[in-house]
Amino acid sequence: MTDTKIDPRGPRFGAALTAVLLVVVLLLGTSTAAVVVLAVVAASFALGVARGVQGTWQAAVFRTLVRPRLAAPTELEDARPPRFAQLVGLVVTGAGLVLALFGVSAAIPVSAAIALVAAFLNAVFGLCLGCEMYLLGLRLRSRSA
Amino acid sequence: MPRLVLVFAVLAIATVLGLWWRSRNGRFTPVERSVLDRAARLDPAGVPASSGASPSVASSPRTSSSHAGSPTTPGLSTTSGPAIAGHADAVVTPDRLGAPLGSTATFLQLSSEVCTPCRRTHAVLSTLAGERDGVVHVDLDVAEHLDLVRQFDVLRTPTVLLLDPAGVVVGRMSGATSRAQAIGALEHLRHPEENP
Repeated sequence: MTDTKIDPRGPRFGAALTAVLLVVVLLLGTSTAAVVVLAVVAASFALGVARGVQGTWQAAVFRTLVRPRLAAPTELEDARPPRFAQLVGLVVTGAGLVLALFGVSAAIPVSAAIALVAAFLNAVFGLCLGCEMYLLGLRLRSRSA
Repeated sequence: MPRLVLVFAVLAIATVLGLWWRSRNGRFTPVERSVLDRAARLDPAGVPASSGASPSVASSPRTSSSHAGSPTTPGLSTTSGPAIAGHADAVVTPDRLGAPLGSTATFLQLSSEVCTPCRRTHAVLSTLAGERDGVVHVDLDVAEHLDLVRQFDVLRTPTVLLLDPAGVVVGRMSGATSRAQAIGALEHLRHPEENP
């Protein structure tokens, strides 16, 4: 599991789907529908944390609809950084949902906007938050150890 | 309608962030001339004074230094006072590198195992080192060299430190580094007065 290698275009395609859902959340404002769509996004992130990014429904869409039409990837990437990025997404959207349940309705668009920035950067620029933050996490962990 | 504006504003911010991030990748940042000059004045030989005093990074725990292959002898990054701390901190000795320094330049790459651009940068730099005499490429894992990570305030992988023949850090690059950017960094080492 630790050495799983994946097609780097998979997480980027998945991030694009996530970004579309987050745009929908923003357009729905603070309505119940917005909460429901944000919950779907958070559940997708939870799936990615539990099974790795290759175990999400976005990855399934990529495998069945997109990858057969693409050439073989020129390089594979480690599955761990995108999985960490899924955790970051889960924390952001999860916090928004919890706050909304406690009546802070503004938390819905705020958390959706933050998650949208991350998903957009991943999809368009290939910026993997997990990769950028890995070393920071390592430094913090070793300091507290 | 305000919601649509909000969506576009968020996407605009993300685009600016992404362009900024991309423009920073692999960009060579030289250490300021005045800093290097001051260091040279303090120690003309270009060798760090290892007097056996306590390490300058003693405040930070060295949890990973016990790992084999990372010779972090306490005397290596020593300073006897804050005045020359800046100098000793800017030098990487062959002992800490785990390899001899290049006679022209050394690319010290700090990578993590889970980083895709690290592999691309590794290929670029090792190819370049193979082509040019006196240029050495050393790739170290950040998890095993947290002392270097702390000493040089490395925040992301890959980070590449460019060392002169004496091991003095003369500049750095981070993020995916292209062949042209690496060659540009070597040019800077040869003609430091010209801007890269």
